[in-house]
Amino acid sequence: MATKRSRSAARLMISPAVILLLAWMIIPLALTLYFSFLRFNLMMPSGNEMVIGLFGKGLHVPSPRDLTGWSNYYWFVTDPTFQAAIINTLLLVGGVLAITVVGGIAFSLLLDLPMWGRGVIRIMVIAPFFVMPTVSGLVWKNMFMNPVNGFFGHIAKALGFQPIDFFSEIPLLSIIFILAWEWLPFATLILFTAMQSLDQEQLEAAEMDGAKWPSRFIFIMLPHLARAITVVILIETIFLLSVFAEILVTTNGGPGVSTTNLTYMIYVSSLLQFDVSMGSAGGVIAIILANIVAIFLMRMIGKNLDA
Amino acid sequence: MARAVSKKRKAAYTALAGMLGLCMFFPVIWILVLSFKSETDAVRTPYQILTSGWTLESYAAVQERSDYFLHFTNSVIIALGSTLIALLIAVPAAWAMAFVPKKHTKDVLMWMLSTKMLPPVGVLVPFYLIFRDLGILDSRSGLVFMLMMVNLPIVIWMLYTYFREIPAEILEAARMDGARLRQEVLYVLAPMAVPGMASTVLLNIILAWNEAFWTLNLSTVNAAPLTAFIASYSSPEGLFYAKLSAASIMAIAPILVMGWFSQKQLVRGLTFGAVK
Repeated sequence: MATKRSRSAARLMISPAVILLLAWMIIPLALTLYFSFLRFNLMMPSGNEMVIGLFGKGLHVPSPRDLTGWSNYYWFVTDPTFQAAIINTLLLVGGVLAITVVGGIAFSLLLDLPMWGRGVIRIMVIAPFFVMPTVSGLVWKNMFMNPVNGFFGHIAKALGFQPIDFFSEIPLLSIIFILAWEWLPFATLILFTAMQSLDQEQLEAAEMDGAKWPSRFIFIMLPHLARAITVVILIETIFLLSVFAEILVTTNGGPGVSTTNLTYMIYVSSLLQFDVSMGSAGGVIAIILANIVAIFLMRMIGKNLDA
Repeated sequence: MARAVSKKRKAAYTALAGMLGLCMFFPVIWILVLSFKSETDAVRTPYQILTSGWTLESYAAVQERSDYFLHFTNSVIIALGSTLIALLIAVPAAWAMAFVPKKHTKDVLMWMLSTKMLPPVGVLVPFYLIFRDLGILDSRSGLVFMLMMVNLPIVIWMLYTYFREIPAEILEAARMDGARLRQEVLYVLAPMAVPGMASTVLLNIILAWNEAFWTLNLSTVNAAPLTAFIASYSSPEGLFYAKLSAASIMAIAPILVMGWFSQKQLVRGLTFGAVK
């Protein structure tokens, strides 16, 4: 049906999107890569400036005379903060994933049971996903986790316990908790959607054959959910690797570096310490890490596109 | 397939699920309560808070503290602006890919999605410097552009999946009946495409409204949307629970309502069709 004319029209229709996205991806990536091999601190200009033309205004960056090779990577990776940041990032992603996947499966099983007012209950479960990150960070930090005036503090005192000072005693766990609250709705929604496509007759047949609930869960429901669980894990990982706002408004990465993840560490070195070259080296490392996850996700999406 | 379940069991399930649902939703209820209290009442024990008097003063105080409506307007402009511009660019692209598929269409689509997986912090510095040198740091147009690009792949993707569900035979039938291109688009395609476009717009407004990496890093005062405005409460200043609650409620209420309408689209938009 596609004629020659409609084909060239199609090319014309796609090109704005392709050109914009290509420029939007290639230019910053190339600059990050370039900066990561330079000596480049916004507070200490070296004087070797060059101007890259951009809409007649020009982007001022150091010239290649400031190239220093791999030293930025060396200093970034050997910085003790880097080790802490990698460990914190892994704990944060792993912790939130564990809570949201297990909780999401439990919630979707529960919501699948016969009950009244399922719509209302589902809305209440899903709501946290729509709360903006800065609001959830600040609300949990002040109104709930503050040891003096927070809700948890009051409950603890009423029960005769010493209130926990969440953000100085268990800072990383507190952030994991807040993030789990934000992402549990997402996992629930996806898994519940997948659950609804489960063949009920298959379940009933298994039941008639005498399969108890645990074996029905392990041999029928879990395999059916496997694909959705993988998707939840991959997508959440991509977003959780980039957690920023929640850390910024609650702990600023502290106390010390106990809640600094890779994203926050790069933010600190590039925008707070103005060390662009270090931040860029970190950025390249973050991109490589995210790509490892992205490859798996893209493969799954691609398979589904053929079906 | 509906199995007979005793009323008792159904009530038990309802109670259990309802309790868990309430736990998840409780923070929102609690800040709604606090937002109607005076600052001195808002830091008392939960029992005292519930029994104290109600007031609207915090909602007024939010506006006094800083220009709340400026930030609200910024959020509206940035969310709507970025979504609409993305739509203008995405509709033709998704249209062409869905109705005139070529050998590489799938690869192009996958590549577009892959740009979404780039961690923003990896390109933070270049964008910061580009914005600085172009003089669009802390400007609405800069943020509109940024969020438009951030969400463009999702918009194209969602529209593509919706357009692909429109059977091509209908178009051929219309053409056989003598419909011209204009009629074809206006009377045959548009009515079938509008629902999909509407849900795409809805989901992307939500995503843009809540975006909190670029908005925090590329704005300071003038262009700061609500995400950045709320973040300014992270440095405590005397008693501020009631004000923070009121500001938060006003910032999340419109999106909560929209979110409830877009639950299904959320699955489609955020899993890129990998879960149906």
